[in-house]
Amino acid sequence: MGVSSKVIGKLEELPPASSVAINTGVDSYFDVLRALVDVFATRHDLYVFYISSTIPSKSIQNLFELLGIDSSRVFFVDTISHLMKGNTEHSDRFLYIESPTMLEYIMLKIEYLLQKYKDKKAMVILDSVNSMSIYNGYKIMSEYLHMFVTSLRSWDAYMVMISMKGQNSAETQSMLNMVCDEIYDVEEGE
Amino acid sequence: MSDGGRERCKTGINGMDNILNGGVPRGNTILITGSCGTGKTTLSLEFLVHGALMGERSMYISVTEAPEKLLENMIDYEFFDKDLIADKKLIFVDLQEIYVKLGLEKLEFTLEDINILASQIVKIVKELGIQRLVIDSITSICYRLTSREEIREFILHLGKELSDMGCTTILVSELLPSAAGYSQYGVEEAIADGIILMGNLERQGDLLRTIQVIKMRGTTHSRAKYVLDLTSIGVLLAPLLKSGEKEVK
Repeated sequence: MGVSSKVIGKLEELPPASSVAINTGVDSYFDVLRALVDVFATRHDLYVFYISSTIPSKSIQNLFELLGIDSSRVFFVDTISHLMKGNTEHSDRFLYIESPTMLEYIMLKIEYLLQKYKDKKAMVILDSVNSMSIYNGYKIMSEYLHMFVTSLRSWDAYMVMISMKGQNSAETQSMLNMVCDEIYDVEEGE
Repeated sequence: MSDGGRERCKTGINGMDNILNGGVPRGNTILITGSCGTGKTTLSLEFLVHGALMGERSMYISVTEAPEKLLENMIDYEFFDKDLIADKKLIFVDLQEIYVKLGLEKLEFTLEDINILASQIVKIVKELGIQRLVIDSITSICYRLTSREEIREFILHLGKELSDMGCTTILVSELLPSAAGYSQYGVEEAIADGIILMGNLERQGDLLRTIQVIKMRGTTHSRAKYVLDLTSIGVLLAPLLKSGEKEVK
């Protein structure tokens, strides 16, 4: 069974409004994204609210196109393009935040999308916990994730936090254990 | 009704009614205060639009900005309905026109002038059956008053009569970033039934818009600080994360 199938299988086991951390290696990263965006979200007719703090949203969008992933249901909350002075397109599909340290605004942009696009349920993807941890200390990250996950539950939304294998500190791992219902380690070579 | 039985005037602003345990107690005169760019006018306008949408006739008295310009900014809001203006559910008044009508085109007001002005505002509210009123800004009116006693007299007179009519009033107050109190003249805050402080919080070089209810007579309420975002669907609030750097402006 491939990475995509295993990730989907894991998500299917969980009830809606679950929060999941997915630890993946670089090799499996795109398979994980495909599983989440292309398969799971389509199957369950979910909007995908994608928080990008590692790669600018436009680049992720381009990657989706290259991989043949339908991204019409994806809305980006981009925390990195401003810092990198990247190309920006202002619409609901691309919302920008000046810096990954403005954690409250990430919650507010997601709240905005949840309120405005409530005809379907949503899956929120945080990509990634590692890059967010570069800009934010352990305490504020824990507080933010705890508050964010709790708020998303009230919307019946899935929360998926992606982290890169081997890059999590013990503190970050313990934080994920605390806020997530499930932690899934994508096995190397799957 | 909730929390002590006083009827509430729901702000309709996301999160705000929760902070206020159901809304502003009806008839309260509240001060929305903060420095420039903190969202005072936007919040006040949203309060009026939601009121008008709920069937409460609402009026905005503009002191510093032309109503046409304010209306242009409001068209972007998804909750705004142009018919509210046509149906006179939402009314914009330029205070300059009232000044002209009353012969008050002068830099300084006497006590008599103040009473004439307050009575005229009350008269309009009564005649039009206004249930929500915003005066933006009270600071610009107070600028023409020569003493703290006059400011006190004006706000007391206005507040009492509007409250007696059940009109819930927002007085927008401009504050210098360095100010110590909650209003420029120090009088407004003592008289108002409620104070909502809007500010900028600098954290690690980021500037966050914040809002905090300092006092609100007639209800229990949260006194915590919230971060706000001004969006096309209205003001959105999130609790300020407490573990951030404490660099308060």
